[in-house]
Amino acid sequence: MSYLDNILFAILLAVGFGYFFNNVKKLRRNINLGTNVDRTDNPKARWTNMAMIALGQSKMVKRPIAGILHIIVYVGFVVINIELLEIIIDGLFGTHRVFAFIGVTYDVLIASFEILAGLVLFAVFAFWTRRNVIKLKRFVSSDLKGWPKNDANYILYFEVVLMTLFLLMNATDLHLQNVPGGYSHFIQAGSFPISQFIAPLFDGVSNELVMLLSELFWWLHIVGILIFMNYLYYSKHLHILLAFPNTYFANLNPQGEFDNLASVTKEVKLMMDPNADPFAAAPVDENAVPSKFGASDVQDLNWVQLLNAYTCTECGRCTSSCPANITGKKLSPRKIMMDTRDRLEEVGRNIDANKGIFIPDNKTLLNDYITPEELWACTSCNACVEECPVNISPLSIILDMRRYLVMEQSAAPMPLNAMMTNIENNGAPWQYNQQDRLNWKNE
Amino acid sequence: MSENLIVPTMAEMLAQGKQPEVLFWVGCAGSFDDRAKKITKAFVRILNRAKVEFAVLGTEESCTGDPAKRAGNEFLFQMQAMMNIEVLNAYEAKKIVTACPHCFNTLKNEYPELGGQYEVIHHTEFLKSLLDDGRLTIEGGQFKGKRITFHDPCYLGRANNIYEAPRELISKLDAALVEMKRSKANGLCCGAGGAQMFKDAENGNKEVNIERTEDALETQPEIIAAGCPFCNTMMTDGIKNKEKEGEVKVMDIAELIANAQDL
Repeated sequence: MSYLDNILFAILLAVGFGYFFNNVKKLRRNINLGTNVDRTDNPKARWTNMAMIALGQSKMVKRPIAGILHIIVYVGFVVINIELLEIIIDGLFGTHRVFAFIGVTYDVLIASFEILAGLVLFAVFAFWTRRNVIKLKRFVSSDLKGWPKNDANYILYFEVVLMTLFLLMNATDLHLQNVPGGYSHFIQAGSFPISQFIAPLFDGVSNELVMLLSELFWWLHIVGILIFMNYLYYSKHLHILLAFPNTYFANLNPQGEFDNLASVTKEVKLMMDPNADPFAAAPVDENAVPSKFGASDVQDLNWVQLLNAYTCTECGRCTSSCPANITGKKLSPRKIMMDTRDRLEEVGRNIDANKGIFIPDNKTLLNDYITPEELWACTSCNACVEECPVNISPLSIILDMRRYLVMEQSAAPMPLNAMMTNIENNGAPWQYNQQDRLNWKNE
Repeated sequence: MSENLIVPTMAEMLAQGKQPEVLFWVGCAGSFDDRAKKITKAFVRILNRAKVEFAVLGTEESCTGDPAKRAGNEFLFQMQAMMNIEVLNAYEAKKIVTACPHCFNTLKNEYPELGGQYEVIHHTEFLKSLLDDGRLTIEGGQFKGKRITFHDPCYLGRANNIYEAPRELISKLDAALVEMKRSKANGLCCGAGGAQMFKDAENGNKEVNIERTEDALETQPEIIAAGCPFCNTMMTDGIKNKEKEGEVKVMDIAELIANAQDL
């Protein structure tokens, strides 16, 4: 007996995981293009968030139908992957159902994998119907045209293929287990609540052919899994991994609290200090990069915002709850996240093509991807942040880009300039004299 | 018409060597907007009735900087913040109550890092505490059985997780609290936040306040209760747009309480 199969399997595994880790490295590098922000405080609350929101799916079920379907697919994915361990050992060492010796527990495991696979098929069908037949508004809006729409369907097709192969694999196995007098290495093991209905299909087919099919399904299944794993990096499906760090590093402060820019604090304090020497030259630091207020491109955002962009799975709950979007404005919080990721990928490819250095390409996230019109439609109401099942904050990106528009470009809409001038001059957004602030008392 | 409102300023208090129980931060809308001034006065009448020793900054108060910050002007925000903090700290303010959720959020969440550490309370929470402590009693009277729906201000609700205080006050009025389909954490914005109050809306097919007014009207309310002067304006405009001003009133929680007491 040759070891060709085992060697081929090992190579396949190495290539699959090698390519995957290569992309993970790229992902890390891109996320680290963001500015620094400290999210290491309060680890207890962070672990709790991760356990409740990512592992426990607590925000998913706020929309019960999608939530429950999602939990089925999610649990199916996690549990069926236990089977992957056996597949890998079998593949590497040429064994067959290596864990079968654990007996009843094995039967229960295989049976639950099968039931879950069936449920996943059902859920995936429901998801596909919601996207392609019922056409829920958030799945057919303009920001999903093209690749994002196809991506979502490819993922569903992938799941169908993988689950079907898993069930076919078991069905052929069961068929061969039941050959009178036993057949080759097919031992009696496992319990097959679903594939027992598929197995009769192979009645009357020669044992050799069923065995060949069995091996074919087994190989296609593992190859499919490796391809799917590598598809993640190019897909919105990356959320199955990044939901965990994303919920861990998410903002813990009240949603209404916007960060105070430290670079501004320094300057304002200097401005307000009566003892400051107005003619003193600023201390010279050769290496200091002149600080830029707000964000015009992905490198100006912090790394959590960039992690947010990779984590977004484009479900559109944010957009469907956004008051601006509901009333027909251009703003879509989901598009803010998708644009940020697309631009970050573009910057990453630029770095790859230029030996590790970013060569300016005359493009920025602002204007080339996200227009000021979108940014100015936001009411900062936090509905998008509240809705996101994995605690992404599109609002923080919107605010950082407004900061750039206002503080670097003085490009606020005219009425806002008037409002700000009033605050500067008389301490109120309208043109009233500060000395009249208590007049209401006597009116 | 001038009435006998007792509104001491922090300066007057200091001159008498007194420190008030709470500083009432009136806010720009509460000081200048004709509709919001009525809310301010209603709240003061309640404070007077409950014999709360409070004081206002009066002419020493200035915009918290909230609309500037949310428009993206961090400079202007921090200038306002630091000036206000200097004033507040000079008076050794400890506890601040305000009827504006935007002032509330900014004072409570964004001032501490800049040196302004106070206990900040929204007026609905403060009114609730007055009732809980027995300093104020209300009888439902004129609101008994009336259908009242509460519009959650974003900066009170989602921003700071305060949903119950205003609702408890409404239920104390023996009114029938009816919820909109989008309420509490799922509440829809009135359209004024994020400095939108001070600019025209971007192009779309509808105004946000109309969408929200429709939510409210679906509950067939007699009164739309608000807890924010800006939401109040937006909802009032929405009701006018729907030509319902004869049937539906938009009132602040403080006005409901004051009216219930015939103040």
